[in-house]
Amino acid sequence: MSDINIVDAPPGIEGSGFFATSLDKVIGLARSHSLWPLPFATSCCGIEFMATMGSHYDLGRFGSERLSFSPRQADLLMVMGTIAKKMSPVLKQVYLQMAEPRWVMAVGACASSGGIFDTYSVLQGIDEIIPVDVYVPGCPPRPEAILDGFGKIQELVRNESSRRRDSAQYQEMLASYGIL
Amino acid sequence: MAAITNQELITILGDKFGDKIVNVSEPYGLLTFETSKDVIISVLTFLKESRNTDFNFLTDITAVHYPEKKHGIAVVYHLHSMVKRVRVRIKVFIDEHHPHIPTATVLWNGANWMERETYDLFGVKFDGHPDLRRILNMDELGVHPMLKQYPLEDPNRVDKKDEYFGR
Repeated sequence: MSDINIVDAPPGIEGSGFFATSLDKVIGLARSHSLWPLPFATSCCGIEFMATMGSHYDLGRFGSERLSFSPRQADLLMVMGTIAKKMSPVLKQVYLQMAEPRWVMAVGACASSGGIFDTYSVLQGIDEIIPVDVYVPGCPPRPEAILDGFGKIQELVRNESSRRRDSAQYQEMLASYGIL
Repeated sequence: MAAITNQELITILGDKFGDKIVNVSEPYGLLTFETSKDVIISVLTFLKESRNTDFNFLTDITAVHYPEKKHGIAVVYHLHSMVKRVRVRIKVFIDEHHPHIPTATVLWNGANWMERETYDLFGVKFDGHPDLRRILNMDELGVHPMLKQYPLEDPNRVDKKDEYFGR
């Protein structure tokens, strides 16, 4: 029989028959263990992602068993692979269709910086068109690296203030990408 | 059906088009010659429709940019006769400031996308093409990137600046 792991409770005040903590922490805890990723896989990093979803590495262990192939139900956009400039409006459209709160992970050298494709037809990093939360280096990154990046996203989700998306700073950042 | 040799082919073409066929060579055994844009469609039509040649397959249309030459763009046609078991390469040099050439879509429908690609990358205008617009690059690119005056690299790249390498 395997041990069942339950996440630790966030810091709070505990007494007989009650436990009090802030709403942010409870929501963060719940969200970080039920992220629905949208895999936007265009090349070899996508193959590594398939291994990451497979039984050996099993992204499902971290609460992401359910991939969302519709951006409207997705929490996390995972961009894995080279993005040609001709495809950038498509990627941006997918990002715009996601509901807040949304996170973005750039997996691999191409999505992060253009990688080896220093050429006129390739986008030099997806952060030219959409904001990115976590960059995973590698060409392609191993599944362990993708899991590590996913862990970093979970950390961001867990610690995010519920008011962050309404802040002027966040709105300004979106506006700098032409997103309102 | 008997195959045809390069020598027989060039004799047939010489009889038909005379001094419009120039610079004949056979690099690696592939018959190559140049012609001009006023007769290119007649040459292609003849090669396709004559029973002596039967070039039924258009392998490729592409171009080469030679900035140092007077007629700086070579439009290159590769044909294949599956009947006579022979291939041929035809080059047409055109002015890079006025890159116009008649379309080959009148002969092969397959020429449609090949000419769109050549237009996209080299800016060659194929007169009479039914739908001459970019096929590979994004519509807003604004340049024809295989012309040698345009750099290969993307100007937005930040991690290859000289200062990072002590230059």
